[in-house]
Amino acid sequence: MRPVYLDNNATTRVDPKVVSAMLPFFTEQFGNASSMHAFGSEVGAALKRARQQLQALLGTEFDHEIVYTGSGTESDNTALLSALETQPGRDEIVTSTVEHPAVLALCQWLQKTRGTKVFYTPVDSRGRLDIDAYRKALSPKTAIVSIMWANNETGTIFPVEQLADLAHEAGALFHTDAVQAVGKVPIDLKTSEIDLLSLSGHKLHAPKGIGALYVRRGVRLRPLLRGGHQERGRRASTENAPGIIGLGVAAELALEHMHDEQTRVKALRDRLEKGLLQRIGNAFVTGDTENRLPNTANIAFEFIEGEGILLLLNKAGIACSSGSACTSGSLEPSHVLRAMKVPYTAAHGAIRFSFSRESSDDDVDRVLDAMPTVVEKLRALSPFWKAGQQAAFEPTYA
Amino acid sequence: MWDYTDKVKEYFYNPKNAGVLEDANGVGDVGAISCGDALRLMLKVEQDTEIILAAKFQTFGCGSAIASSSALTELIIGKTVTEALELTNQDIADFLGGLPPEKMHCSVMGYEALRAAIANYKGDTWEDDHEEGALLCKCFGVDEGMVERAIRVNKLTTMEQVTHFTKATGSCGTCVESVESVLARVNADMVAAGEIDAALAFDPARAALPQRRERVKSSPLTTAKPQMTLLQRIRIIEAAIEELRPYLKADGGDCELVDVDGDRVMVRLSGACVGCQAASVTIGGIQERLATKLGRPLRVIPVPPGH
Repeated sequence: MRPVYLDNNATTRVDPKVVSAMLPFFTEQFGNASSMHAFGSEVGAALKRARQQLQALLGTEFDHEIVYTGSGTESDNTALLSALETQPGRDEIVTSTVEHPAVLALCQWLQKTRGTKVFYTPVDSRGRLDIDAYRKALSPKTAIVSIMWANNETGTIFPVEQLADLAHEAGALFHTDAVQAVGKVPIDLKTSEIDLLSLSGHKLHAPKGIGALYVRRGVRLRPLLRGGHQERGRRASTENAPGIIGLGVAAELALEHMHDEQTRVKALRDRLEKGLLQRIGNAFVTGDTENRLPNTANIAFEFIEGEGILLLLNKAGIACSSGSACTSGSLEPSHVLRAMKVPYTAAHGAIRFSFSRESSDDDVDRVLDAMPTVVEKLRALSPFWKAGQQAAFEPTYA
Repeated sequence: MWDYTDKVKEYFYNPKNAGVLEDANGVGDVGAISCGDALRLMLKVEQDTEIILAAKFQTFGCGSAIASSSALTELIIGKTVTEALELTNQDIADFLGGLPPEKMHCSVMGYEALRAAIANYKGDTWEDDHEEGALLCKCFGVDEGMVERAIRVNKLTTMEQVTHFTKATGSCGTCVESVESVLARVNADMVAAGEIDAALAFDPARAALPQRRERVKSSPLTTAKPQMTLLQRIRIIEAAIEELRPYLKADGGDCELVDVDGDRVMVRLSGACVGCQAASVTIGGIQERLATKLGRPLRVIPVPPGH
């Protein structure tokens, strides 16, 4: 049976075109870009082209605005730690309660070890940022704001341009973790107020181990890694040539498929959601359905637990993910769904389906076929489920 | 993905005795939906003989919670109430061929539901008296509460003592810092309460000093061998088990190597390890230790005593 892969927010398949573009840089053009000989200069030229390809996807004006890193997490860490050093008299951070751990865990560590003040802007039941609370958190002490472009669990998109404007009014830098957004939604940084933007290759069909940080021209940056002149001294380390070149091709392909992502992939996602809600009671979509990534569906199935759903779907050849506690080894369900005040009865049973340009109608049919039986089976086992007598939790979408 | 045994998968995919038992005369509810785990155990007990004629369950929880609940019903049907009460959570885990350390609480939930259901049958209520803390040592399944109790009761002040008493940090060692911070905190409390002398209290700064290592005279170039012979592997396994035995003996247990068959290592636990609630975690710890020493994955299988 052909496997159905609907966990593209976790990672994507590397596009075969990306792989073939990378291969020569392992065994033939393996030189160090810094070397004076021909081995080095060949690589240098390829890196330059790759940078232009990524520039096109991000809509940046200058090639030196891109700093390659090892991951989205490294980009996030670089941005926040740098801002705390470069903004004199400012030592506070404003972020949100639903950020990725790459930002949240760093902020918690800064609070604990350096006494840094961090404001976590709350969200409403649809996952939308509380703009009033955000305004109030900004102050002349704010060094940097870090708000994700799109949430990895629900796909909810934040109004980053408006948030960046407000941050600049307060004199603070604005960083966005755009790991889930890059390649899925159009981005044009040359007309944007955003100062720093983090991205990761493996979310857009490039390999793992390559990321980038956009640093707007004029924004000061303190490196996280010292020890070399690479990336204009802003990220020491021999360039990951195959990774950078792979990310370049992946960026070009993402741009080519952007329309497909926005139309066909979105239609697949919508058909899956509609179909599941028609077939299964006591289930609802979480997140802001008005402003969402086109590829992400997060559906909470009440009175059952996510790990069981994943195991049964896996048996049916379907791969997706859950924010359930049991899959991570902790007792608390997803911090994102808890921040949205999704009740425990539903948060434990929330399942994320994330599509890509490789997804098909057949994938949707397979899930629609399998899911009702899975839910029915687990509900029959659940002490909290009494068919027909349950009052469903109604998310207040006010 | 969790490393579930085939038996856990079998009992999750096709659970036995799932559903509502209409004429139950003993019902136990444990867990809560907020924790992501809840179990209702329903028993039908024959009044004269006190034999459990039927048992059914309903579980909200992960794969191993459902498998543990089903295993529990299989274990108790046909037993008297008194016999059933002799079961421990380890029996549930053993029945399933073991559970990952992070999932041992699923078997504890079964153990508690059984007590709650029997108390309900007898007209009593069962009080949940166990407390858990964060899981510190994953190799041996030691949580913060266990470490803290061992430190207080035995007035422990060194990490070596903590390892001897609780086994925590005894295998991979990645939890050393978190166990040290518990030891430092509890010792500081004990000094403040006048229970131990400040000079004896654990000093995290000294513990963080780099450790000297014995210099190895031979060069890796001359000793590296592409493939180990079976005899060489057995010697390494024996030596590793010898290193672990003092910890097991400190708890009144012991372990011996029975056989090695490819990647399967058969061991026999004895003494206090037999029937110990943490035996499967001990086996997991031994497995981790042997895999590290041999530099390849393997499976440690406990052989029942007397075989």
